[in-house]
Amino acid sequence: MAEGDAFKKGLEGLDQGPRPSEAADDAVPPPAGELPPHPSVDALRAQFGDAVLRHQVVAGDEHIVYVPPARNLEILQWLRDAPEHRYDFLQDLTAVDYGGGREIQVVYQLWSIPNKLNLRVKCELPLQALEIDSVYHLWRASDWLEREVYDMFGVVFNGHPDLRRILMPYNYAEGHPLRKDFPLRGRFSRAEQTRRALAMKTEDHYSPMELEIAHVLGRGLPEPFAGETAGGGVGGGGG
Amino acid sequence: MALRRMVYNVTRNPELSPGGALVHAPVIPVEGEAYEVHEDIAGEHMLINIGPQHPATHGVLRLVLELDGETVIRCIPHIGYLHSSFEKLGEYRDWNQVIPLTDRMDYLAPLIYNCAYAMAVEKLMGVTVTERCKVVRVICMELDRIFSHLLWLGTTAIDLGAFTVFLYTFQQREKIYDLHERFTGARITTSSTRIGGMMADLPAGWIAQLNEFLDNFVPVLDECETLLTENAIWVGRTQGVGSISGEDAVNWGLSGPNLRASGVAYDVRKDRPYYDYETYDFDVPVGEHGDIYDRYLCRMEEMRQSVRILRQAIERLPGGPINVDDPRVILPPKTAAMNDMESMIHHFKVVMEGVRAPVGESWFSVESSKGELGMYVVSDGGSKPVRWRVRGPSFINIAAIPHMIEGALLSDVIAVNASLDIVLGEIDR
Repeated sequence: MAEGDAFKKGLEGLDQGPRPSEAADDAVPPPAGELPPHPSVDALRAQFGDAVLRHQVVAGDEHIVYVPPARNLEILQWLRDAPEHRYDFLQDLTAVDYGGGREIQVVYQLWSIPNKLNLRVKCELPLQALEIDSVYHLWRASDWLEREVYDMFGVVFNGHPDLRRILMPYNYAEGHPLRKDFPLRGRFSRAEQTRRALAMKTEDHYSPMELEIAHVLGRGLPEPFAGETAGGGVGGGGG
Repeated sequence: MALRRMVYNVTRNPELSPGGALVHAPVIPVEGEAYEVHEDIAGEHMLINIGPQHPATHGVLRLVLELDGETVIRCIPHIGYLHSSFEKLGEYRDWNQVIPLTDRMDYLAPLIYNCAYAMAVEKLMGVTVTERCKVVRVICMELDRIFSHLLWLGTTAIDLGAFTVFLYTFQQREKIYDLHERFTGARITTSSTRIGGMMADLPAGWIAQLNEFLDNFVPVLDECETLLTENAIWVGRTQGVGSISGEDAVNWGLSGPNLRASGVAYDVRKDRPYYDYETYDFDVPVGEHGDIYDRYLCRMEEMRQSVRILRQAIERLPGGPINVDDPRVILPPKTAAMNDMESMIHHFKVVMEGVRAPVGESWFSVESSKGELGMYVVSDGGSKPVRWRVRGPSFINIAAIPHMIEGALLSDVIAVNASLDIVLGEIDR
């Protein structure tokens, strides 16, 4: 058993990344007639026709709609604005990687405060083309959520005004940690990770936008870790 | 003299390297609208850095501020200094082993996180917990709502210069720590839930201790209100500061007291009731102005409502088993495991292989002290999650901080940051 082997090998097992999911991804969905109805799913079918690729119900009462990634923006905008749906609250935006080279799913979890409706919209992106339109201008809540998905999965959100890493350092070079092919302890050795961390310069702690602002203002950057570096900071407030 | 305010036009399409890393995002200064500034105070802009190690950032939040004199022109938050990769770690642990990771996220309300995770997995597995377990979890969650709001009250007051409130609230928190310790053995990292029940039943005398706490707590809350609600300094520092409209708050995804202070009555306990919350008699306080003062009033009232819920829950606490009678998830009793072979094999399998969840996924959200806490679990039928995602309320609330403080004064940054009630363990995960 694969798990047993990983257990025996101790820490070696951790370097291989989690085993890919064995679940059949393309299980035959039950016919739509058998699923409990959801007002928004029926309306989506009427409005967008075959853009509703699949409709699925999980855990009893959670409705999932799969839509093509190329049409995510128009469908989500319609869901947000149509008066009888009004999904005005973006609860969550995340991604799921099942491993084994399968598509990465981008998950939009929507809630309608006026109508008290829940809906989950998913877009499946092949690993070769991890690109999708940003919903930044529909829900500002997606600002950091899209940055997190970009950071952790490498999905590029076209049209996001400030797409950069959020949890990992800006000069992180080991890839996207929540992908299944990413080993738990990182791609570099511990020595290399330490070397890179110690070699960070003041500029590495700032986003490109801040570097530009400092350049425009003609000022130096404040050193965020001034007391901790041996050589002292670059010194702030120069200008 | 008329000074032209500098407006930066950030490109919508940053240049990306083939690997997807950001290479360049040019910022082009353009001239904005002219506005009058007195010559003496028209200063140069400067960049300052607050944090990550700064007591008023409540953890390791780092804010880079562009200032014009004392006015904040732009605020750029940086997070990730406490990133512990909990979601990745969860993919290597079986369903029950994830529970200790959950309370390390929001160590200010650990029981709520324990419960929310267990509820999401139970929903995925189709396990219905016992009536006693439901009520015990409601008690846990409401107790920790008070626990977290008390910390918020004390630290926010101390950020704005009121030291006494801090001492009062921490005295009360100490009593909740004692309750945690007596119930779970730990004061902060409680890890109290298991899939299908709790780690243990309530110890004898615990409810009496809780009752004693509630009786003493309400007068202390009154005292804190006397110290703050009509205090001129408190009112001056909080009213009209950091306000956000209800519409903006929904669009920015705020939840919890931060959203309700703006006048939007969205509370998961009322809108998608779980654990029979619809049968408890309690009110959801809603503010009007969306400023720090309204957030304060909402949280104060929420603590009183939590006391109401706790008293009702204590009253209705039923007897019976705390764990569900389901051999898939629950260990056999120790005496049985020691005495007959089948129970021992069962015990061994549950411990070594872990419980198994069916193929599928589930999303479950509860109203935590900081807002809507969502747990999203995806299973492939194995004993470990394929994906375990936490919708952290602090993570989304703090993203709105630039919107609230741009144009405000530097000293308001501290107040607004404190008022959002963030916990960096959960923001950075």
